[in-house]
Amino acid sequence: MASHAEETHHEYSQTAIATHAEGQHHPIRVYLIVWFWLFVLSACSYLVDYIGLQGYLRWGLILTFMMLKAGLIVAVFMHMVWERLALAYAILLPPLAVLVFVAIMAIESDYTALTRLTSFVNGG
Amino acid sequence: MAETTLNGFGAKAERQNGGLRSVAEDWSSDQRAFKSASWGKAMMWIFLLSDTFVFSCFLIAYMTVRMSTVEPWPNASEVFALHIGGSDVPLILIAIMTFVLISSSGTMAIGVNYAYRRNRRMTVVMLVLTALLGATFVGMQAFEWTKLITEGVRPWGNPWGAPQFGSTFFMITGFHGTHVTFGVIFLFIVAFKVWRGDYDRGQRGFFTSRPGDYEHVEIMGLYWHFVDLVWVFIFAFFYLW
Repeated sequence: MASHAEETHHEYSQTAIATHAEGQHHPIRVYLIVWFWLFVLSACSYLVDYIGLQGYLRWGLILTFMMLKAGLIVAVFMHMVWERLALAYAILLPPLAVLVFVAIMAIESDYTALTRLTSFVNGG
Repeated sequence: MAETTLNGFGAKAERQNGGLRSVAEDWSSDQRAFKSASWGKAMMWIFLLSDTFVFSCFLIAYMTVRMSTVEPWPNASEVFALHIGGSDVPLILIAIMTFVLISSSGTMAIGVNYAYRRNRRMTVVMLVLTALLGATFVGMQAFEWTKLITEGVRPWGNPWGAPQFGSTFFMITGFHGTHVTFGVIFLFIVAFKVWRGDYDRGQRGFFTSRPGDYEHVEIMGLYWHFVDLVWVFIFAFFYLW
């Protein structure tokens, strides 16, 4: 039984080395700085609503703060900047297809709103 | 030495000036395309990619109903306001929830760091802290749901305007809350395994029977940061827009 356990251990020692080589080692300070900026950016996006900004300025700021926060989380917390480009491209490029979907549905809902406005004018 | 053999092409040093050529080399190389990530980590990333599409579909559905309705959309700033100290503070609970979730992401990242330093004690502390912050988030969400339901919000209607508000709210925050809940459960499991030393001994897991390894903490972290990431988009599009 004991020898079996040893054998199992030996079998997986390669994996252990592999993960050691692949493990992410970065100073904790990096995470604290990102944490701080996530707080600042969240406070900023909350302020956009609190102050009551409207129109393109509001939407622009919301999107800017959102993308900055998302970028910081993916890049540092999820270690994407330290991964190889093959992984980064495989994961980060496909979501861009969602933008096409957004465009299609935006056109579609514009049309739906238009037909509703014209058809429901007299109470549908 | 181990690094060079494992990466095949001395990959890590090449990465800085690799560019597209390194991507082509990785993808056309023998045995594995993701040189810097184990299959466990790569599969978690691919799962998260699919989850990204799920949440994207919810948010796109929300955009579609909000753009096409002819009734006014309820003002989230007022709907989610709390009455504190004699005045309504807009969105305050959602703001606190955001800070709680970001903090849990911070403790998670530090926990992963301690795991790779083989500091079991601090890893457990950080993981449990992350789980507790996550549970706090779910608790506040339950409060939010209760408040809205008592005010008359239903998936088919609400007192303030477009009925689609309720259905998208419950669908999107409910699905996100479920993700957080499962994350909390698995955080406790991983924390327990770290505490018990499973990852030092390479003990096989009860479910996947994979040998334990501290990389599992990082993979757990990927999931948890993703939950935080999704909240960033929900916060922007549903609550602030």
